[in-house]
Amino acid sequence: MLTILFDGVAYGMLLFVLACGLSVTLGLMNFVNLAHGAFAMAGGYAAAILINRYGVPFLATLPVAFAFAAFIGVALERSLYRRLYGASHLDQVLFTIGLVFMAMPIANYFLGDQPQPVRVPAFLSGRFEIAGIGVGVYRLFVIAVCGAIAGGLQAFLIGTRFGAQLRAAVDDRRVASGLGVNVDRLFAVTFAIGSGLAGLGGALAADMVGGVDPSFPVKFMVSFLIVVAIGGSNGIVGSLLGALLLGILDVAGKYYVPSIGAFIIYAVMIATLIVRPQGLFSRGGR
Amino acid sequence: MSAIAAPDRVAAHLNRGGRWRPFEIAFWLAIVALIFALPSRALLINEILLAGLFALSLDLVLGYAGIVSLGQAAFFGTGAYAAGIIATLGVAEPLIGLVLASVIAGLLGLITAPLLLRGSDLTRLMVTLGVALLLGELANRNEWITGGADGLSLAAKPVLGLFPIDFTGQRNASLYSLAVLFALFVAARRLVQSPFGLSVRALKENPLRANALGVSAARRLIAIYGIAAAYAGASGALVAQTTGLVSLDVFDFHRSADVMLMLIIGGPGYLYGGLIGAAFFIALKDGVASATPEYWEFWIGLPLVVLVLVGRERIGGFIARWARRAALLAMRGAA
Amino acid sequence: MNAPALETRGLSRRFGGLIASDNVSLKLERGARHALIGPNGAGKTTLVNLLTGTLRPSAGAVLLDGEDVTGLASHARVRRGLARTFQINQLFGNLTPAESLCLAIGERLGHGGRALVSAGQDKAVVLEATELLERFGLTDAMDQKTRRLAYGKQRLLEIALALACRPRVLLLDEPAAGVPENERADILAALAALPADVTILLIEHDMDLVFRFARRISVLVAGRLLMEGEPKQVAADPQVRAVYLGESGHD
Repeated sequence: MLTILFDGVAYGMLLFVLACGLSVTLGLMNFVNLAHGAFAMAGGYAAAILINRYGVPFLATLPVAFAFAAFIGVALERSLYRRLYGASHLDQVLFTIGLVFMAMPIANYFLGDQPQPVRVPAFLSGRFEIAGIGVGVYRLFVIAVCGAIAGGLQAFLIGTRFGAQLRAAVDDRRVASGLGVNVDRLFAVTFAIGSGLAGLGGALAADMVGGVDPSFPVKFMVSFLIVVAIGGSNGIVGSLLGALLLGILDVAGKYYVPSIGAFIIYAVMIATLIVRPQGLFSRGGR
Repeated sequence: MSAIAAPDRVAAHLNRGGRWRPFEIAFWLAIVALIFALPSRALLINEILLAGLFALSLDLVLGYAGIVSLGQAAFFGTGAYAAGIIATLGVAEPLIGLVLASVIAGLLGLITAPLLLRGSDLTRLMVTLGVALLLGELANRNEWITGGADGLSLAAKPVLGLFPIDFTGQRNASLYSLAVLFALFVAARRLVQSPFGLSVRALKENPLRANALGVSAARRLIAIYGIAAAYAGASGALVAQTTGLVSLDVFDFHRSADVMLMLIIGGPGYLYGGLIGAAFFIALKDGVASATPEYWEFWIGLPLVVLVLVGRERIGGFIARWARRAALLAMRGAA
Repeated sequence: MNAPALETRGLSRRFGGLIASDNVSLKLERGARHALIGPNGAGKTTLVNLLTGTLRPSAGAVLLDGEDVTGLASHARVRRGLARTFQINQLFGNLTPAESLCLAIGERLGHGGRALVSAGQDKAVVLEATELLERFGLTDAMDQKTRRLAYGKQRLLEIALALACRPRVLLLDEPAAGVPENERADILAALAALPADVTILLIEHDMDLVFRFARRISVLVAGRLLMEGEPKQVAADPQVRAVYLGESGHD
């Protein structure tokens, strides 16, 4: 039982890193970015190629995955996304679906449709038991890394000037820009970090989901949306709790009641949206 | 001063959508002509007609009522499975299956519509998506009735016991689809210029004022959503009957996204947009897919991104004008 | 029998610590021409929203013809004969004036659920819409999209739409707001021609319009009724001059 909880936590932490960028884009810029998964795919591919073709050690590929996805993110944000900040949600949805439709064949064209494995080094594989709980070493590693990221993000938001500006801008964009916050730059940096984290998440997730393939952006889009729906679109804590809840529900649901499968998660998402449209764990939701 | 009395002018203005304009007649005749002129493409034409019907259902929801839905496949899939299951239960007449399947899908629409009354575009988008995913998962898990991942195959009997619509009668299938599409299109045309249609459009334009005029938003939105769900169900049922197969992908996110793209390409809010967009989308998919089968999505994604960046109104209007001209030319060619 | 057409009893509304409406009690007799004035931020808009049901009061009641409607949603109040216009145009940009008016009339007659007849086949609705279009000088513009109309015409449509609900009580929220000087006469004429049996509450900044139109005036300051009386009394009241007329005299 605890093993399942452990696996669920690991999966949830991973989802958090993958999705937190999306919830920030939504909260800060009120932008529906269905193409968020494409950045995760970019990071996953970066790691896979570095390891498989150039023999770069796994740990060294993680920062590259972050940087690569962040770079693509900021390039797209500066060139395309920013034009649609004021647009209707429908336009944003159409635009980002269009991006997903483009990203998948591009990946397919250059890298083929076979899943690219991201092999985990020997010292991170295997599992051991503590007090009857089966602990996968890699999952432990994922929890540690993602936990550190969550903690780091929270400290960053609370403790730095940039974080304060970001929180102010999420609360009220106009007021923030009136107070002299450079909202434009704030958007770019935030978007880069969010995409970068998705990329890092993609690299970390690859081993647990059987490699990176061109359908990655669509496969995980729904999970991301559920995290945002449950967690709310403001604040690290909400996203983290949402992701953990989803991770645990998903792993436990598939183990205990495989006959219902993903049903529970969708039902929870819809229920959350109906009862608390602002998200189950959001601050000040009405 | 016009010689016509003022009330007649007002009435004529309100009824203007009911007049059949030459290009509309040309449009429908061109489809009939195409079905007879291109028997080898009957399958493709059928696919376009049914995608067009599906897009028409989304037009009622999105174009007229302004509800952003990413889960219209929920009703398409329900209609498809309902038609499939009804056929396997031994109801031979496809028309009965079609009507029952649409009614079932419509009821599901009425049941789920209240979930959409509150909340922003974003909430609605996720709720509609969630409902479609949930139904897909239900179909996946209830193999005993849906056939699960293997799908459900049905052998559709001839329509009215006379016209076979299976692989031996592909032209019949297209004509059957066209007849249903046309009938539902005429009904939709009536609907959007009725008092009910006016109130739905008003709710999209300005819910605050519509409310101040006494329009009850909840009832109208639930009604239009249910009607649109029945339309989507009809298109799903027709796909099941004319292809003889229902598989889990009827509930796919892809299907909901594709139909939205079709509608957007053709332009929402004037009923023909979905049909034109479906023709454009499926012809493009067919053309590109035969050249580069793995990468056709790119050629859907790219125009879409450009469309949004340049502005949908401008390009959408252009495509509509272009399609109108093409329809006229096709009509002349056929005559 | 002689219940006021519109009455409020101790109507209050708070937003957190802010009291936007403070114990407002008003009585409008049938056919009244009543104006509500007050400086910016006095809570006029809040009061309108409380009357129409857009906002729920924290305390107090709204009565239409002696009947408590406090618990009714706004569209239900419309059916009971309470209509309003908006300070900022709330029109249907992509509908034409003829369509907008037919919608309003059709809803009033309970025809809004009819889905299989064209709106133009409803003779009674069409006749009434024609009459309203003519009365407000909108006949020539009836088939143009509303968002393309001149602002003054939109303002007239705003009033025509409210009148299409055949209200017993009509709330006019700054009907002349933003209308250029040369189109103002049209608005004044339209107001003067409103049916005599309709009870009207006019919320307005334009003192010229208020004193020409109203037979009674209530002054709202900081959410609270400062005084009520005939135009002459109000104009002469030193308190009112101090808080309101005096203020506007400065600019």
